[in-house]
Amino acid sequence: MKSPGGQERPSSHARGGAGRRRGRGGASGGPAGLVGVRSYPFAGQFPAPPPASGSLNCPGQARSDTAALAQPPPPPPPPAQTSPGPVKMGAVPNRRLGSVRGVPMSSPPGRRARLSSPGTGRSSSEAREELRRRLLGLIESNRVMIFSKSYCPHSARVKELFSSLGVECNILELDRVDDGANVQEVLSEITNQKTVPNIFVNKVHMGGCDRTFQEAAILGKKVMVLDFVVPSPQGTSWGLGGTCVNVGCVPKKLMHQAALLGQALSDARKFGWEYSQQVKHNWETMTEAIQNHIGSLNWGYRLSLREKAVAYVNSYGEFVEHHKIKATNRKGQETYYTAAKFVLATGERPRYLGIQGDKEYCITSDDLFSLPYCPGKTLVVGASYVALECAGFLAGIGLDVTVMVRSVLLRGFDQEMAEKVGSYMEQHGVKFLRKFVPVMVQQLEKGSPGKLKVVAKSTEGPETIEEVYNTVLLAIGRDSCTRKIGLEKIGVKINEKSGKIPVNDVEQTNVPYVYAVGDILEGKLELTPVAIQAGKLLARRLFAGCLEKCDYVNVPTTVFAPLEYGCCGLSEEKAIEVYKKENLEVYHTLFWPLEWTVASRDNNTCYAKIICNKFDNYRVIGFHVLGPNAGEITQGFAAAMKCGLTKQLLDDTIGIHPTCGEVFTTLEITKSSGLDITQKGC
Amino acid sequence: MHQAALLGGMIQDAPHYGWAIQPVLHDWRTMAEAVQNHVKSLNWGHRVQLQDRKVKYFNIKAGFVNEHTVCGVAKDGKETLLSAEHIVIATGGRPRYPTHIEGALEYGITSDDIFWLKESPGKTLVVGASYVALECAGFLTGLGLDTTVMIRSIPLRGFDQQMSSLVTEYMASQGTRFLRGCTPSRVRRRPDGQLQVTWEDLTSGKEDMGTFNTVLWATGRIPETRSLNLEKAGVNVNPNSQKILVDAQETTSIPHIYAIGDVAEGRPELTPTAIMAGKLLAQRLCGQSSDVMDYDNVPTTVFTPLEYGCVGLSEEEAVARHGEEHVEVYHAYYKPLEFTVAERDASQCYIKMVCLRKPPQLVLGLHFLGPNAGEVTQGFALGIKCGASYVQVMRTVGIHPTCAEEVAKLRISKRSGLDPTVTGC
Repeated sequence: MKSPGGQERPSSHARGGAGRRRGRGGASGGPAGLVGVRSYPFAGQFPAPPPASGSLNCPGQARSDTAALAQPPPPPPPPAQTSPGPVKMGAVPNRRLGSVRGVPMSSPPGRRARLSSPGTGRSSSEAREELRRRLLGLIESNRVMIFSKSYCPHSARVKELFSSLGVECNILELDRVDDGANVQEVLSEITNQKTVPNIFVNKVHMGGCDRTFQEAAILGKKVMVLDFVVPSPQGTSWGLGGTCVNVGCVPKKLMHQAALLGQALSDARKFGWEYSQQVKHNWETMTEAIQNHIGSLNWGYRLSLREKAVAYVNSYGEFVEHHKIKATNRKGQETYYTAAKFVLATGERPRYLGIQGDKEYCITSDDLFSLPYCPGKTLVVGASYVALECAGFLAGIGLDVTVMVRSVLLRGFDQEMAEKVGSYMEQHGVKFLRKFVPVMVQQLEKGSPGKLKVVAKSTEGPETIEEVYNTVLLAIGRDSCTRKIGLEKIGVKINEKSGKIPVNDVEQTNVPYVYAVGDILEGKLELTPVAIQAGKLLARRLFAGCLEKCDYVNVPTTVFAPLEYGCCGLSEEKAIEVYKKENLEVYHTLFWPLEWTVASRDNNTCYAKIICNKFDNYRVIGFHVLGPNAGEITQGFAAAMKCGLTKQLLDDTIGIHPTCGEVFTTLEITKSSGLDITQKGC
Repeated sequence: MHQAALLGGMIQDAPHYGWAIQPVLHDWRTMAEAVQNHVKSLNWGHRVQLQDRKVKYFNIKAGFVNEHTVCGVAKDGKETLLSAEHIVIATGGRPRYPTHIEGALEYGITSDDIFWLKESPGKTLVVGASYVALECAGFLTGLGLDTTVMIRSIPLRGFDQQMSSLVTEYMASQGTRFLRGCTPSRVRRRPDGQLQVTWEDLTSGKEDMGTFNTVLWATGRIPETRSLNLEKAGVNVNPNSQKILVDAQETTSIPHIYAIGDVAEGRPELTPTAIMAGKLLAQRLCGQSSDVMDYDNVPTTVFTPLEYGCVGLSEEEAVARHGEEHVEVYHAYYKPLEFTVAERDASQCYIKMVCLRKPPQLVLGLHFLGPNAGEVTQGFALGIKCGASYVQVMRTVGIHPTCAEEVAKLRISKRSGLDPTVTGC
């Protein structure tokens, strides 16, 4: 549904879903999550166990860091035996290369070893074996072993790195030994890496310069995560993992799945599955199963934070002065922390209407997924994707659902697609009240659920309507949690109107040591995977010397409405605005998923559309699909768009038969031609 | 029918998601009728389309008389002579009967029959390990039938073998029985109507026996070329496979006779490939373009209970072409979100991307095992067509929560030896 504004944002407590804390009251306001990062050099203790980072690192690499660097240190190298071979003229015998603590490894002349081939007369394969043994010996007996070349700038960087860390290491300069070329060859056999520097730490091959910098830098940082979920006005709070896991993507996709299964059950009869009974849906069973899954995720995050030695503090954080925050826990105890760098990833919380009765009687998506009772007849207020998704699955499990829309559906999305999403919902029993806004919510009856009277007013005239519902779900938008975390104390600018934080292209706020990722960014996308990507890249830039920036272009997304809508790139409106209509060609078609044919439902409902730029080789700049599994379909096309997808390439690609995705390989009809797009044949 | 079986799985999932449904039984007749009606409507639709485009349609069995003339025989024996400047052969293939096995023809059926059976096939023995065999066995099991697959050597020859074994592993976990290294020797009908099948275990050399209601042969397909009198036109075939020899332009040994689809030697036996080859051929014949069909990187999906989608090279093929040291394989075992609540086993949900090792690590092949594999694979097939590199795929932001996003999150290389199991959400 929306992102947690950064991955693994911990929160107050990691209790299982079914055991969620509920209760009335509690101040409104956002959760506070501040990630403070203090870096300090890990002087003299490389490798530094345990690796303290990871939360901003991808799991794969984190594991490899751990594997590579958290081993117990091997016994100190036996003295005076690391010279790899017979000593040649000019070399100092048995010099332990670079093994001087804290001395810059600038390799002064003479401070290097020679590795020459022993005698002659032996077959080359034997010599090679011998060399291999000696190299393995070097790798085995040194905590850090660097194979480098004296003139190589990358090698120099690595040497400086280890010297700045005060780490003892051995260096072999391949250009200063007679058989350097052989050494390099054997090394490439051992490591599959042909270049220098070639670095081993604790007998494990690290790789070259860049890789070593990444590994070394990400290790040893001291990281703290501050998080506190302020209960919703209805009293709901949740565990570790942020919006996505607890009150967003995960539970919504699962409830969407429940609704799809309802559809599947009715299709199943057509496919020969026999059951006579009227199938009813049980809300409690569903929520309990979903909350149990969420509970296991909460626990998993807790563990991975612990594994990576990230300090997790279950407190509300706010800045009090530069580089300093106050953390307040549930009991009101205050603790102060300082850090060199801060990352804001506080995300957003649902907005309320500001009308009589809204906070007292209405719920939001924060409450819905763990609601202990079936919501019954429901009014969903809003037309955001949150609104449509919730309305969709509630109707799908058999509830009477009405959506009240002030103006357009899915603002910001392609409006043709948005209207189709809405009309499918309407055909499947969701009622829409367009151009109305609620003005008052009044409780008629208490209960689980109770009865609420909603008075709504037309946006176009004086007309008002009244209706009774069991539940009113507000999904009119979300507000950034940026106003109560002391940003003004340190001068971090926010957009006063939206509460969002402007950042530059490296996610840096106007205060240089404060960064922000996720939904609270101004003008950026509110999507979990975007926030995760931005966070990972930020960590690599800050500590690993990487330069890659987060690319916010051509990010795919999917609305999990009853008929899923996947898109990537520009909407038709936006494309026209940017490129002008006459420069575009739009190809489109309706299609009928094979699975629906036998169930004989919804012919000519699913829709595919691409928008191409005529003057850029018909490059695809917008991709839109409305149909089952739209998310699964869109992902691969998004990858193709990253690689410069054109209409010609679509035409040249062979379809996978029978799938929905294949329609994109046979798009022939342009919108401008006005030809019929209803589907026939297989 | 695969969908029918999937729906059976969904019915089992439904109670976990709060749907109060009792265990249900499957009625073959209802399904067969619905599927057949749809196929008939498609037949009709194709017929109408041919008419719309003013294509003459003859319902006759054709054979060559000479290189420009064919003779067609209708059901009633009436003969029609037709001559044309260009002739395209697209007669496809039909399932092969292992006629050397006693009773194969009398008592066995093939995939040509299974979809048109009016009654449930009951306890079924599927002989073969082609995708046809596994798909049929998969949906029969899914519909609740006792199903056994007899495999002489390896499943899904030509496909990535690691993926193939995961496919069969999943099927076995769903209740399909496998008889490996076995080959049938005879089929007899017992007095009670059941079929008694005798087979030989190739490793032990022992004979074994079992009874089934239906025996389905899925040991391969033979091209429909024998009755075409190709020799009269001078069209050459491969004497072993009986397939027609063609060049890159789909031209046979006779310049104005072409062959496309499953009858042509060395072509993938896939509908969309044949369609595209036909389209391109038509465009060339009309002088509209000179494009020839590119048979590389053809994506395909095997609709086994856990679907397997792939495009590009298998790991074996990549290693054979580029050498092991030049190939990097990224892989992951993942768990589809929908499986969690339904408490389904996801041990075989697996993705692997085969890349060149040299940066930027061009993607050579993608293999995806999981729900909706066809939908997932289609877009990535385009990516590979565009020359996607590993780096570019990794820069693609995922769509959360989907299975396809796992492809854009592949970080663990096989070479690293690290655990490729995805954790978290």
